[in-house]
Amino acid sequence: MSLRLSGAGLQHGNGVHALRGVDLHIAAGERVAIIGPSGAGKSSLLGIMASALRPTSGDLQLLEEDPWRLSSRARQRLRSRIGLIHQAPPLPPRQRVVTAVLAGRLGQWGLGRSMVNLLHPLDIPGARAVLAQLDLADRLFAQCQQLSGGQLQRVGIARALYQDPSLLLADEPVSAMDPVLADHTLRVLCRHAESRGVTLVASLHAVELALAHFPRIIGVRAGQIAFDRPAGEVDPELLDALYANEQLVSPPLPTASMELQIPRC
Amino acid sequence: MLTRDSRDPAALPRLLLTAVALALLWPGIQLAELDLGVLLAADSQSEMGRFVAAFWPPAHAPDFLRLLLDATLQTLAIATAGMALALVVAIPTGLLASRALSLSAASRGGRPGVLGQALRWPVRALLIFLRSVPEIVWALLFVRAVGLGPTAGVLAIAITYAGMLGKVYAEIFESVDRRPMHALLQAGAGRLSAFCYGILPNAAAELTSYTVYRWECAIRASVVMGFVGAGGLGQQIDLSLRMFAGDEVASMLLTFLLLVLLADGLSRVLRGRLA
Repeated sequence: MSLRLSGAGLQHGNGVHALRGVDLHIAAGERVAIIGPSGAGKSSLLGIMASALRPTSGDLQLLEEDPWRLSSRARQRLRSRIGLIHQAPPLPPRQRVVTAVLAGRLGQWGLGRSMVNLLHPLDIPGARAVLAQLDLADRLFAQCQQLSGGQLQRVGIARALYQDPSLLLADEPVSAMDPVLADHTLRVLCRHAESRGVTLVASLHAVELALAHFPRIIGVRAGQIAFDRPAGEVDPELLDALYANEQLVSPPLPTASMELQIPRC
Repeated sequence: MLTRDSRDPAALPRLLLTAVALALLWPGIQLAELDLGVLLAADSQSEMGRFVAAFWPPAHAPDFLRLLLDATLQTLAIATAGMALALVVAIPTGLLASRALSLSAASRGGRPGVLGQALRWPVRALLIFLRSVPEIVWALLFVRAVGLGPTAGVLAIAITYAGMLGKVYAEIFESVDRRPMHALLQAGAGRLSAFCYGILPNAAAELTSYTVYRWECAIRASVVMGFVGAGGLGQQIDLSLRMFAGDEVASMLLTFLLLVLLADGLSRVLRGRLA
């Protein structure tokens, strides 16, 4: 078992319930996509799975441990086995790509090795190899501020791949990429997960990408799990119900009247 | 006019703050007994005129220049040694005092834990104590303790500047984007390595420019402390002023200008490298 949430809820400081009574069980080596409308709680759910957010209610088991019952040192050790890919990877603008990628293993390296690596990258071939999978090997020594949004996302993915975690989480990992690149990147992630027996959980905006790459789909709506079934059993009605939005009314298109379009020549 | 649609909720507070600032400034000027009219009074003008007239030409006798060079080097050495000692104290205390290094903040939306905050207070109090006593007072104390000479100046600069640098470093660490560091902490990194990879790259330019600026201030401070017997250029200026040797004072002020120019250029070069 890789991950279990029972009755997990998350209430923000301002009283808003981001998640309510989530029961979820993901086995080791599974690949799961989380879909749902904006603000449904996908990122909060991933944050809890990454032990980046502490659930305000319910139980959480990550890789056989409850992160919030551990000492902070043991929690940091557990966290080094969990990788979270951010939608907009928070990277210092002046940091070089090679350093940003190698920073993935800071949790596994001691302080001495981390400091030396800051002055001179210790595993340039390793960083180049992960970047090459994502077609970014030529930007190894560029600064992060020189990259586009899609390239930055791939640097964030490369860092998580280099971290080599047992549980790989991804929050909208391909939102800034074109369709072809998004498809390729998801395939890289899935191949990495499959070949190493890594559990992969990704939230995605694009439903067709989720259905194409992930065997199990979880729909989240208003902080609760709307459905949880194999990709083959997800039908259009289910998706319509998931994304239905009563408050969003598109403004009526102005009807062009024929009288106004008399040519004047 | 101000219709409901174009009303800015921040307008009224801003207006009030400006009014309060102006209302506080006037009594401040009154209390300081600032009277610019004194400068225009005839007798003080002629007194200053005589003194300033003696500035030209600046003294340039070989003996004096050798003395000037020695004093300048001593001033630079006092400032640099003082800064080095100050850094030894300021870097660890800055890290301890800064909320940016909070591990608990990473999983609490940026709010540090209560215990960590409580432990940060003694460090902050120490930094406040170090910088609340002016360096000139420390210098007077140390001149009593270790005798006349540069040692007193070095120690005085080290103590006061440790307080200032520690405080400002802690604030610079807090002012930059903390998400890179939080992301690293959430991937299991230790605090210090997460700090070096997540915050230092963003803060480096500002840290450097502030440190060089403080070094420049330390040069000035070491001159002032020279007046109370802590060595360097200050002691020479004090002597020359007592002897009404305007030309020597002029040379030393020019040296001063050069030193500040040097510090400014250094800061620019370093910032350019880091930007």
